[in-house]
Amino acid sequence: MNIRAQVSMVFHLDKCIGCHTCSLACKNLWTDRPGTEYMWWNNVETKPGTGYPTLYEDQEQYSGGWVVENGKLRLRLGSRKSELVNISYNPRLPALDDYYHPFTYRYQDLIDAPPGEDQPVARPISMITGEDMEIEAGPNWDDSMGGSEIYAANDPNLKSLTEEERRQFFELQQLVYFYLPRICNHCLNPSCVAACPSGAIYKRGEDGIVLVSQEKCQGWRMCISGCPYKKVYFNWNSGKAEKCILCYPRMEMGEPPACMHTCVGKIRYLGVVLYDADRIEETASKPEAELVEAQRDLILNPFDPEVVRQALICGIDLKIIESAQKSPIYRYVKQWRMALPLHPEWRTLPMLFYIPPLLPVTATLSQEGYYEMDSEFFSSLESARLPIRYMASLFTSGDEAEVVAVYRKLLGVRIYKRAESVGDISMETAFQALKEAGLTPEDVEGIYHLTAIAGADERMVVPPFLREQAIEMGMDTQDFQEHRGFGNLIWPTRGL
Amino acid sequence: MDNFLFIAFPYIALTLAIGVSIYRRLRQPYTYSSLSSEILEKRKLFWGSVPFHYGITLILLAHLLAAFLPGPAAWLLGDQTRRLVLEVTGMALGLYTFFGLVVLIIRRLAPKSLVQAATTYMDGLILFVLLIQIGSGTTIAIFDRWGGLWYLHTAVPWFWSLATFRPELVTVVSLPAFVKLHFVVGFLVILLFPFGRLVHLVMLPLQYLWRPYQVVIWNRRKPDSYVKEVAK
Repeated sequence: MNIRAQVSMVFHLDKCIGCHTCSLACKNLWTDRPGTEYMWWNNVETKPGTGYPTLYEDQEQYSGGWVVENGKLRLRLGSRKSELVNISYNPRLPALDDYYHPFTYRYQDLIDAPPGEDQPVARPISMITGEDMEIEAGPNWDDSMGGSEIYAANDPNLKSLTEEERRQFFELQQLVYFYLPRICNHCLNPSCVAACPSGAIYKRGEDGIVLVSQEKCQGWRMCISGCPYKKVYFNWNSGKAEKCILCYPRMEMGEPPACMHTCVGKIRYLGVVLYDADRIEETASKPEAELVEAQRDLILNPFDPEVVRQALICGIDLKIIESAQKSPIYRYVKQWRMALPLHPEWRTLPMLFYIPPLLPVTATLSQEGYYEMDSEFFSSLESARLPIRYMASLFTSGDEAEVVAVYRKLLGVRIYKRAESVGDISMETAFQALKEAGLTPEDVEGIYHLTAIAGADERMVVPPFLREQAIEMGMDTQDFQEHRGFGNLIWPTRGL
Repeated sequence: MDNFLFIAFPYIALTLAIGVSIYRRLRQPYTYSSLSSEILEKRKLFWGSVPFHYGITLILLAHLLAAFLPGPAAWLLGDQTRRLVLEVTGMALGLYTFFGLVVLIIRRLAPKSLVQAATTYMDGLILFVLLIQIGSGTTIAIFDRWGGLWYLHTAVPWFWSLATFRPELVTVVSLPAFVKLHFVVGFLVILLFPFGRLVHLVMLPLQYLWRPYQVVIWNRRKPDSYVKEVAK
């Protein structure tokens, strides 16, 4: 066993209110430089919808992720040779139009406008050229299903539904959506790393954060095509690829990433998990139907004395192991089996997991305006507003049973807590529901606590990075007092 | 004048090219990049970048191989059929490259082109110099026939005389002015090489063909092999 630690995440979609605070925190912190205007390392998209960049899930077009060929993993982008052949023109690279033309407004116009009859207007201008422009799209143009007949109707995941289901879906009374916040998944089998011809992208051994070495990157652009989630972006100004860094400078100071720290709905969970690095390739090559279970299997139980022993042998610090024992990720993903990876069929083993949203699925209002919960408690799943198959297409590569199992747990917790606190459901019914969901009352208390009560320290267990120790081994920190820390000798602009 | 253009200038250009490239790679690795602008404009790039890069790679290889291996090159050109095939191929590649370069220049100059935001003066200078160099080369290929052959007897001996530090200009000074222009601008391109984006040529990532897919970097741990050994 070659045990490694991975900083991992869970997003609880039922709690996401789609406020985009995470996106703005990230933008203000990392991507407000020239060349990065269009980048949203964190974005929140409406589902059903085409996402950002448009139709990124359509791998026929973008060729991201992995495929299994003769039992071996291969980049969907093609062989290594074909990558080098395409190096001067990458046919799979999204163009700016697939994202959007970044814009701002000439606010000075409001001040300089001469007195007159009309209200002065701030003209939209391009953030790339600075010239006047017409705004045609934005990073979130279909927010809350705006323009659903163009955007949502083209969602690749809707292919899994029948014609009739799709028609019903877009009837006004039926219209239903939820939010899907996305950041880099910091995958265990990252295809951006594998696609980089320069070898500039790497996974940090200690915490699994995937980073682009700005000095090694030569701007060959293959990572952008290689990542099926399109979470690597190209900085047109510096000629380098950039991506989410999981706020590692913040985490090294003990703070959670900015998107998580600012999350209004408190949907984001962070923690370290232990996994067996020797089994990455084997796990990623499993048949599609087994991928979710195989990935769960890869994550190890940090309470198992044997795992702890092996982890120590593999050089993982005891403090990291202790942190893994407190990890909310382990509980949601492995212990309660409630959180699922996004599009596991792309085989990158993403380490950002989602608890699928219950609300848009089951929210059918009865005549009195209450949720029908008690009578045949799980029947609502079959007549769900958002078909289970759609969720399965997003989170389990089509395995509906896996999604239903999660929903039973979500409903089970609600039924049990309702029986306990409101009392209009009998405890007998509640226990029956728990039994069918495969939960114990202790599980319910744990899920309830972590979902509804837990404070920031419990939701985001930042592992101790031992940063000072790591630095001091290589240099005398006294020499670097009063330095800014980053040590960028050359200002990052376009080379010569 | 000839002494400067054909002896001093090549030495200056080569020294700067090698010295500055290495210095820049070691001290300012961040500035090394292909500086792609594909994200800003794709369609014209396809018609420009693909012909240009494939064309220039093959033509450069032909120039270099013939210069380094004049013997085999002479043998290759010794047969009338082979000579004809090579001559026509060279001419076609020249035109192909020139076409690509013109598209690339139009792409940068086009009004309202987003690419302008990612264009520096150095980019413009390099494009202009390349236009002269590839334009003159293609013109020579078309109007001064059998360049493959006389290249071996004029430029190549001169290169070798430079390489062995015994400069000998006899074979080049009597050539037509247009050909001399091609030689001088050629070394001008070498001179400009380390100062702009051309450096991405030496970063061609051939090591990608055999490196493992995944890259893991540790801050302070023993390498994987050690861990595997211990974990047994």
